[in-house]
Amino acid sequence: MIEIKDISKNFGEQHVLKKVSSTFENGKTNLIIGQSGAGKTVLLKCIVGLLQPDKGKVLYDGRNILKFSKKENLMIRREMGMLFQNAALFDSMSVLENVMFPLEMFSDKSYEEKLKRAQFCLERVNLAEAQHKSPEELSGGMQKRAAIARAIALEPKYLFCDEPNSGLDPKTSLIIDELIHDITTEYNITTIVNTHDMNSVVGIGDHIIFLADGNIEWEGNKDDVLYSHNKQLNDFLFSSDLLRKVKEMA
Amino acid sequence: MIITKSISTFGKYLMLMHRVFARPESIKMFFRQFMRELYKLGVDSIPIVLLISFFIGAVICIQMKLNIESAWMPKFVVGYATREILILEFSSSMMCLILSGKVGSNITSEIGTMRVTQQIDALEIMGVNSANFLIFPKVTALIFMIPILVIFSIAAGIAGSYAIGMFTGIMTPEDLTTGLQYEFSQWYIWCSIIKSLFFAFIISSVASFYGYNVEGGSIEVGKASTNSVVSCSALILFADIVLTQLLMQ
Repeated sequence: MIEIKDISKNFGEQHVLKKVSSTFENGKTNLIIGQSGAGKTVLLKCIVGLLQPDKGKVLYDGRNILKFSKKENLMIRREMGMLFQNAALFDSMSVLENVMFPLEMFSDKSYEEKLKRAQFCLERVNLAEAQHKSPEELSGGMQKRAAIARAIALEPKYLFCDEPNSGLDPKTSLIIDELIHDITTEYNITTIVNTHDMNSVVGIGDHIIFLADGNIEWEGNKDDVLYSHNKQLNDFLFSSDLLRKVKEMA
Repeated sequence: MIITKSISTFGKYLMLMHRVFARPESIKMFFRQFMRELYKLGVDSIPIVLLISFFIGAVICIQMKLNIESAWMPKFVVGYATREILILEFSSSMMCLILSGKVGSNITSEIGTMRVTQQIDALEIMGVNSANFLIFPKVTALIFMIPILVIFSIAAGIAGSYAIGMFTGIMTPEDLTTGLQYEFSQWYIWCSIIKSLFFAFIISSVASFYGYNVEGGSIEVGKASTNSVVSCSALILFADIVLTQLLMQ
């Protein structure tokens, strides 16, 4: 479980996050949604430790990572997996080598065991046949799946996804969403997904926070979201005619 | 303002180097990266080093013949002057200036692209010291390979001077050999190698620094590559003065 308490972050005069607090539970797909510039990426970076918040606490199973020593910080990072917006696969390595990479760096297992684990992860994301290809030979969706395989290679306790559906067609987006959701429940990990994708919101949002102007404007789940009366949330989610009609039907 | 910015940049460079010179998390992975860099930065540079050195050796020989030749000078002076220029300046300093363009821009663009495509963030999230993992093998590989490149360059330059002597008949191989062997000091070769080690460190570390600190997109990667080559060249020239003064006194 990850808890954030009164997280504030300023860049000069700009207040990007204003005392944001929430709890992200194990085995649930937690979504952070909001318009561009609402502070989603900054919040995710504060949670994973790529940015230091000005105020507040980030608790990983009760441990405040902001108070961690350098060594503790390195250790907690080995419990994290992250899926980046553009997959961020290492282009000098094959798909299999990418998945093997965290195992090679941090695992004491034998080479055969590491290989077996990497191949298992690739099979889990239905990418076993592409293991010897290089990342640029893969489609956008396949790259994301390879990045998920790499993220789960070390059996992380926490999974973070930054806009996993950006640049993907709706069908591939659904596959990625389902994969993230299945992995979260299967391994009982704490997953936080940063997204603007409406399909993700109604499909996998076990817990959703809506950020607006650095504040949590609304909090709930996929069942509540269609019936919310929050104007800012509705303006954001149902911005297109099609989605407005869906809302009216609901 | 410029002084403050320069001090701040130098401070950032030192902080990056502090992260680079740490114990690698996995010796096996470091060795794998080291071998890859050895090939990419060193072995891949051999053809250009041989090509440029061969032709420059030939040109130096022609220039010496045209400008030094007189009734008062022994014929072997051409070979002597060619050797001194190749060993003392061209094969160390000038070759490293050329390599700062080839190798330096390669390092900057590779690390810069990794930065803008979030590959460095991915390493950091995994708990890998990205500076050490990416930069340390490059610095060590180039320092390891540069003496070999310098020796190849000297050999190719001398071969070029022999070739021009033989094909154009401007001087006999015997005169050239006498000049090349005349008052030869082994220390000059060591000077050349010692200087090149410093230049290799400048090229690899400065180019990595520019790549590692890229912010933005592909345009910034291009700008960083250009700035890296300019900075490496200026620093090599400055270091050349200091090292020549220290080593040749």
